[in-house]
Amino acid sequence: MGMTMAEKIIACAAGVETTKAGDIETVTLDKMMSNDGTTHLTIDMYNNKIKNPRIADPDKLIWIVDHNIPADSPKTAASHKKMRDFAKEHGITFYEGEGVCHQVMMENHVRPGELIFGADSHTCAYGALGAFGTGVGCTDYLYAMVTGTSWLLVPETIRFNLTGKLPEGVYARDLILTIIGKISANGANYKAMEFAGEGLHTLSMADRIAVCNLCVEAGAKTALMEVDDIAMDYLKEHGREPKAIFKSDDDAVFSEVYDIDLSTIEPIVAKPHFVDNVVKASECSGVKIDEAFLGSCNNGRIEDLRVGAAVIKGKKVAPKVRFLVVPASRSVYKQAMKEGLLDIFMEAGAMVMNPNCSVCWGACQGVIGEGETLISTGTRNFKGRAGHKDSFVYLASAATVTASAIAGEITTADRV
Amino acid sequence: MGHTLIEKIIGNKVGKEVKPGDIVTVDVDWCMIDDIMIPFAVQKFEEMGFTKVWDPDKVVLIYDHFLPATQTDDSRHFRAGDEFAEKYGLKNVHRTDGICHQLMTEAGYVKPGDIAFGTDSHTVTYGCVGAFSTGIGYTEMAGILGTGKLWIKVPESIKVVVDGKLPENVTSKDVILRVIGDLTASGATYQSIEFCGSTIDDMSVAARMTMSNMAVEAGAKCGVFAPDEKTAEYCGIEYTDKEKSLRADEDAVYTRVLTYKAEELVPVMACPSLVDNIKPVSEVKGTKVDQVFLGSCTNGRLEDLQKAASILKGKKVAPYVKMIVTPASRKIYREALADGTLEILSDAGAIITTPGCGLCCGRGGGILSDGEAVVATNNRNFLGRMGTSKVQIYLASPATAAATAIAGEITEA
Amino acid sequence: MSDTFTAKIWVLGDDIDTDIILPTEYLALKSVEDMKPYAFSPLRPELAGLIQPGDMIVAGKNFGCGSSREQAPEVVKALGISCVVAKSYARIFFRNAINNGLLLIENAELYDAVTEGDTATVTPGEKIEYNGKTYEIASLPENLMEILNAGGLVKAMRKRNGIGE
Repeated sequence: MGMTMAEKIIACAAGVETTKAGDIETVTLDKMMSNDGTTHLTIDMYNNKIKNPRIADPDKLIWIVDHNIPADSPKTAASHKKMRDFAKEHGITFYEGEGVCHQVMMENHVRPGELIFGADSHTCAYGALGAFGTGVGCTDYLYAMVTGTSWLLVPETIRFNLTGKLPEGVYARDLILTIIGKISANGANYKAMEFAGEGLHTLSMADRIAVCNLCVEAGAKTALMEVDDIAMDYLKEHGREPKAIFKSDDDAVFSEVYDIDLSTIEPIVAKPHFVDNVVKASECSGVKIDEAFLGSCNNGRIEDLRVGAAVIKGKKVAPKVRFLVVPASRSVYKQAMKEGLLDIFMEAGAMVMNPNCSVCWGACQGVIGEGETLISTGTRNFKGRAGHKDSFVYLASAATVTASAIAGEITTADRV
Repeated sequence: MGHTLIEKIIGNKVGKEVKPGDIVTVDVDWCMIDDIMIPFAVQKFEEMGFTKVWDPDKVVLIYDHFLPATQTDDSRHFRAGDEFAEKYGLKNVHRTDGICHQLMTEAGYVKPGDIAFGTDSHTVTYGCVGAFSTGIGYTEMAGILGTGKLWIKVPESIKVVVDGKLPENVTSKDVILRVIGDLTASGATYQSIEFCGSTIDDMSVAARMTMSNMAVEAGAKCGVFAPDEKTAEYCGIEYTDKEKSLRADEDAVYTRVLTYKAEELVPVMACPSLVDNIKPVSEVKGTKVDQVFLGSCTNGRLEDLQKAASILKGKKVAPYVKMIVTPASRKIYREALADGTLEILSDAGAIITTPGCGLCCGRGGGILSDGEAVVATNNRNFLGRMGTSKVQIYLASPATAAATAIAGEITEA
Repeated sequence: MSDTFTAKIWVLGDDIDTDIILPTEYLALKSVEDMKPYAFSPLRPELAGLIQPGDMIVAGKNFGCGSSREQAPEVVKALGISCVVAKSYARIFFRNAINNGLLLIENAELYDAVTEGDTATVTPGEKIEYNGKTYEIASLPENLMEILNAGGLVKAMRKRNGIGE
């Protein structure tokens, strides 16, 4: 019987010939990423809960300060310091202020065929390079850090066969929000979401990362995409080689199969307070906004900034709207600088910030207040996610977010 | 008997000769209210029973301390400003443009000879263009909003004379820190500090701003510079007899005169945790730092960023050290983008944040924790100002800050 | 303002800045009542909880230096402090205190003599009696007394605008 991509990566990491959905395997991890959301807790457990602690392989650990940089309180500063001091002492690869962890990982570390734990739910983004990335809590992370291994329940796979091409003005984010709306916020619980088909080849790396990254919002354990020339070019450009390239066998067993014609996708908005609460963007027209956010591991790449800049060039942010533009990494920031995009945003009245997570998780910069409404390219619109418990978050594409910042109310890019 | 510069400025306004100690009521040219104080000023204004603002065009609201917002209540302040502006017809509202004290001159409000009050102690900054400006509380601000007037006591003056050419990497920041060290943190209380001399004449308006900005750290009511052609150019006005008249008489009387030879000045820093705890950088050399902050209304201007960039070019911020750069305004950010300064700083590893007060006001922008040390270009190193009371804050020039970032320890440029 | 009162003394040092009196972090709390627990927290976190209404503060030079935050004198007043006696004051703090009806007394000698926890007897505009010794104090200029007598600047302005209590 054939195997899925997910099964093949796990089998490889477990050192076994075959495995199938429902099996439990002990795997050796290729990499373990952790950020300032929880690493201080991991360190506390490492220091206080285990006898004679040691790290199995410090070279496999990558720690990234991204959620609260620059620090907004002595508490967050203390957690950064703890992380920095520990990383320094143990020789752990450490980034501080270089960008959102998943973007930093994609640019510098992820290789096809790898099995990667991240102490962050959006670790499934790494599937864009054919790697099995999955989010874990700090206890799982600590075990993996100390032993180099972990156990995994081999997931079933939902397969998405993509055909066609996204229409002009429609983006990967509209695609994945549509899919989440279709299968619901728990539609892929415990499962892998696999994307293949000729339509995949029409998606840029940025598109792919955006799609995989958001799969956790359908409950997925991981997301995976077949590695094609576009993925290989990206890898080469960043100076890396694949660990292994896997694709699902023709006779692999999928729990469900969806055929999606990209040309049928439309601009989408996810309304408060759930990611699967999706409607056509046009249905939200006229909703007044206080803040707009272009950034995050989901939509803060150079391609997204280009989309936003093209929409806003020569126009102005609505007077009372705060439009925060947050490149996902230093390299994105510098590229955007080179292409003149940062100046386009600044001239228009946007606030260009340093690469970080900030608005997406409601901390450190751009926190919204009581009764305020945010339109965001971030990952989640849960109640209170971006600030005050009584506030509202709409998720949309870079184009829709930028257009809304100009209008002061939700609108699509073709209307500004 | 002759008059000092501040006596001239106030005298011109009230239309008669004034001397120190006189209590006069002045017509206010500009008032600035920053985001922290807006809800409080509005509340007092309404409690006082005013129903209109005396002159809405002379009031400027600026959101900078809480931008980008770090707490859920911050936007309440923006909303209070928006509502007040709408209700009373205020048009001058800067919501995301940068730090108030940068904008008040940069955006063309305060001009030589003007009298301005702001709800922030660093309102003294506008003395850089030969204006009288000082910080007040929100209750007095509410009174001005209703009446357009405020009583002031004409201050005595301290004269600071700096002559000669500053050594390379000794900046106006080093000069003012040295002056504060000599005067002490209360040495100029109630007084006006008047800066003059050939070194001052050679300085850009931006460099002078650093000095007027910090006059309050010696307790001064204001720190003033006689306007010259550079001032006029900066303000976008003609250099006329009116501006020329704004300078002290030869026989003006000062309570104290401090004289410096520029060539003898060295890079200095204000060491923890008092602004007047001034030491030569060479004496503190080698102290490990965790962070460097370049920004604020004191030293977040283009020439400050350029100075840092000239030192950081082709080099890297030390491992495990953060350098945070916060340009003082949107205009400065864009200029630094255009001339490649931000690119150099980013290449060196600096974290470039959006314009605002940032770390200087201690609400975000790189707060520190127990046991950490920071070299910062802003104006205060008070206990707990940038995090816990166990954070060591050293104030220095952009040049010293940049060199320290590279070394990871305090060092001279 | 001239009624004599006796108060318990809290002693603070030189250069007590506004960030010590109330850190920036708490400036935006909705009311002065909310700010009270954080007064003086960088220096003496327990102090705000110990101060009782009617107590007084004795400090060194340059009390209230730093920012123009009026929350600083307001929070001191809200804690019930009857007066502050310092060697000298920073000027913005001084104005703000008067405008809020907080009595400030300048005296160069008392600070060097007092012990925390003792009491002193204050007759505003005249003298302070402490430990058997009398310390002369000056009265405030007339224009400031007008504001103080009105009960602060808000009340003075209300009067000007023809609004009663």
